[in-house]
Amino acid sequence: MLKIENVSVQFKTKSGITDAVRKVSLSIEDGEIFGIVGASGAGKSTLLRTINMIERITEGKVYIDKTDITTLTGIDLRKMRQKTGMIFQHFNLMHTKNVYENISLAMKIAGKSTKQIESRVPELLALVGLSEKALSYPSQLSGGEKQRVGIARALANDPEILLCDEPTSALDLETTHSILNLIRDVNRQFNITVILISHEMDVIKSICTRVAVMNHGEVVETNSSYGIFSKPAHEISKELVRNSLNIEVPENILSSMNGSIVKVVYLNETALEPVLSNAIKRYTVNINIIHGKIEYIAGLPIGILILNLRGKKSEINEVIEYLKKRTALTEVIYG
Amino acid sequence: MDNFKILIPDLINAFIETFQMLGISLTCAAVFGIPLGLFIYTTDRGLFFENRIINSISGFTVNIIRSVPFVILLVLLLPFTQIAIGTTIGPLAASVPLSVAAVAFYARLVEASLREIDHGVIEASHSMGASPFQIIRYVLLAESMPGLIRGLTVTAISLVGYSAMAGIVGGGGVGDLAIRFGYYRYETNVMITTVVALILLVQGVQSAGDYAAKKRDHT
Repeated sequence: MLKIENVSVQFKTKSGITDAVRKVSLSIEDGEIFGIVGASGAGKSTLLRTINMIERITEGKVYIDKTDITTLTGIDLRKMRQKTGMIFQHFNLMHTKNVYENISLAMKIAGKSTKQIESRVPELLALVGLSEKALSYPSQLSGGEKQRVGIARALANDPEILLCDEPTSALDLETTHSILNLIRDVNRQFNITVILISHEMDVIKSICTRVAVMNHGEVVETNSSYGIFSKPAHEISKELVRNSLNIEVPENILSSMNGSIVKVVYLNETALEPVLSNAIKRYTVNINIIHGKIEYIAGLPIGILILNLRGKKSEINEVIEYLKKRTALTEVIYG
Repeated sequence: MDNFKILIPDLINAFIETFQMLGISLTCAAVFGIPLGLFIYTTDRGLFFENRIINSISGFTVNIIRSVPFVILLVLLLPFTQIAIGTTIGPLAASVPLSVAAVAFYARLVEASLREIDHGVIEASHSMGASPFQIIRYVLLAESMPGLIRGLTVTAISLVGYSAMAGIVGGGGVGDLAIRFGYYRYETNVMITTVVALILLVQGVQSAGDYAAKKRDHT
């Protein structure tokens, strides 16, 4: 269990003091994949770095299990860091060392014997699917392969926590998927707690169980991924979700239509209920689907439909009321 | 041709003296210049031995040595050379000011190649729980190795030039031979021969340095 209590980080800059992180409290369960999302400059990276104390905090406490890590120094601090793996947006591999040496470096630092290193590194290489590349140098690898080396290196000392700093932001879409799958496999296989920061909701959507949304150094909302996507509460969360779900009908189409345009969001419980067909049977209003999709967040569906309702104004309002009662969200977006 | 034959023993002797001076001062450059460069780098802002005062003092000291023309440094250090070696004449004595200049010169080059290291790599090693000395040993020195070798090559070549001035304190060496025989005595043959020999020496050092650096460079 990881607990962040009232953590603030301030930086001294030429123009004065900047609050990078303001009074953040979070608690993260063992074995979770916890996402921290927000625009760049929101303080995500700084917050992440307080968990292995690479960033010194100005105020607050960070507990890993029962230990307050903010009090650790010297060898205790380094031992804690060895139990907390970290991967980076730009991989941060050593250019003068090959893949094998890059991974074994983490074990050397932890004081492991040559024998332990020789048996562990091939295991890690196999885990990340790079057994063939042991003797390649980072400059000979693709971005995805570099991140795999980063993951192997982070796992070398059997950490309990894996910190991921925008792990896929420098990768293309396909590679992003394979790296996220690898992170999820690692999480399941070794029950490692993963804390992942990203500015992309799609990354959060595909692997995180819970999410904290950050803005200007503050956590403005914490919820399950499904909760954030289905019922975002804060303005920032709403915008992030809107951008990610990306369901828009062009303005010229909207204005050329008669009747009302309604957006309907239906969730897990209501998703399978034949709400629409019932509505069509009950009322004489014409219901036409002009856009729609179903997203699966953490395996649970969120359905979004844009409907065109045509008929008598009073009856349209009745249909809207009917839908409102039976769906998570019904809002009139036009007419 | 006869002239040339007479010159050979002198030339060989001069080469031995040059190598002696280069060997000693380059060794000093590596042994003291690398730690000094690391010291200046790691006491700078944002690094693990951050200390503004020590950083300024060491940087300033290096700058002073670097700004004194070598001929002046040679003379300035005469009393120190006398105490350290017991004499102020000969290649061994000339190695003292050469070493001092080489250490200061190389320390700056070491610092410059350390600055080339991606800060993320240092952050990654902190995240692995490395101690400052592990970071120096496994990360800083390893990552800057090609740069350190190139820097040492540049230092060696500068020292060939500096060592010519060592003649002033009777240091000897190839450069000194060129000045005394070639220049003062108008023996153009000697001048040309020694200059060609120096060109070959510098070329050789440069090629060896390039080769060694390239072997370790995987970027």
